Amino acid sequence: MLSMFFRSGDKVRVREDFPIGHFRTPVYIRGCEGEVMVYLGTFLNPETLAYNLQTKPCALYKVRFNQRDVWQDYEGSSEDTIVLDIYEHWLEEV
Amino acid sequence: MDNGDHNGRRDDKVHAYYEILGQALKELLIEKAVISATEIRAAMERRESITPATGAAVVAKAWVDSKYRQRLIADANSAVKEIGIDLPTTKLVALENTEEIHNVVVCTLCSCYPRDLLGLPPSWYKSKEYRARIVYEPRKVLSEFGTVISEDVEVRVHDSTADMRYLVIPKKPDNSEMWSQSELLALITRDTMIGVAIP
Repeated sequence: MLSMFFRSGDKVRVREDFPIGHFRTPVYIRGCEGEVMVYLGTFLNPETLAYNLQTKPCALYKVRFNQRDVWQDYEGSSEDTIVLDIYEHWLEEV
Repeated sequence: MDNGDHNGRRDDKVHAYYEILGQALKELLIEKAVISATEIRAAMERRESITPATGAAVVAKAWVDSKYRQRLIADANSAVKEIGIDLPTTKLVALENTEEIHNVVVCTLCSCYPRDLLGLPPSWYKSKEYRARIVYEPRKVLSEFGTVISEDVEVRVHDSTADMRYLVIPKKPDNSEMWSQSELLALITRDTMIGVAIP
């Protein structure tokens, strides 16, 4: 049984890391702070699966970010958000 | 525009490369008897026969049956199975547009799309322009689709970065209580279920 590190409502930061290869965390969101909405389940890590390497299940979370925390010059409403599905190993506690 | 033209040529070359690679892989799989040409053809035919009417049937039911809507939001895979849509490999998530939230879907990393419910994605959905712009200026992109969202409504962009596929449940128009199912179905188009249009 895989343990979930984060819970709904937890404040998290996306790791500001730029490794070379196949990654499912877009560059624009790295380093940004958001809030865990919900745990989505565990999935085989697509980042190692892409290379047909041995992989293990990892926890996936739906994470919500305020647009103004992602884009400094965001022009829409201060209520606007962007939501991404992010694997646990890309998240750190705030 | 010189730069744009140059990029265009480069994209064509990349496109041609992957087309040749795909063709070579297909020929090899057939030659090694892993899969037959008939199976490939039948799979493509099945894929290309799915239309947004499948998704519209789900949304129409959610519009007229509030208990079904709740089940759809809680567990979309089980809810669509109730009306005969089996998604064994896809994890489907339904996003409800409300008075407070307008949802819109993108896949910035590739072109993830709820194909089992909407069919093949439109070319603009796969374009670099849509994928780059909808995440940082969603209201401007939506207005270019003719969709203006009030400033007091939260625009929520969903970037399909992992194994989830997202279907937007558009907001049912006001004063539509007496409308027939076929009148409602006509409002539920592909673009309303991506979130770039409102019924």
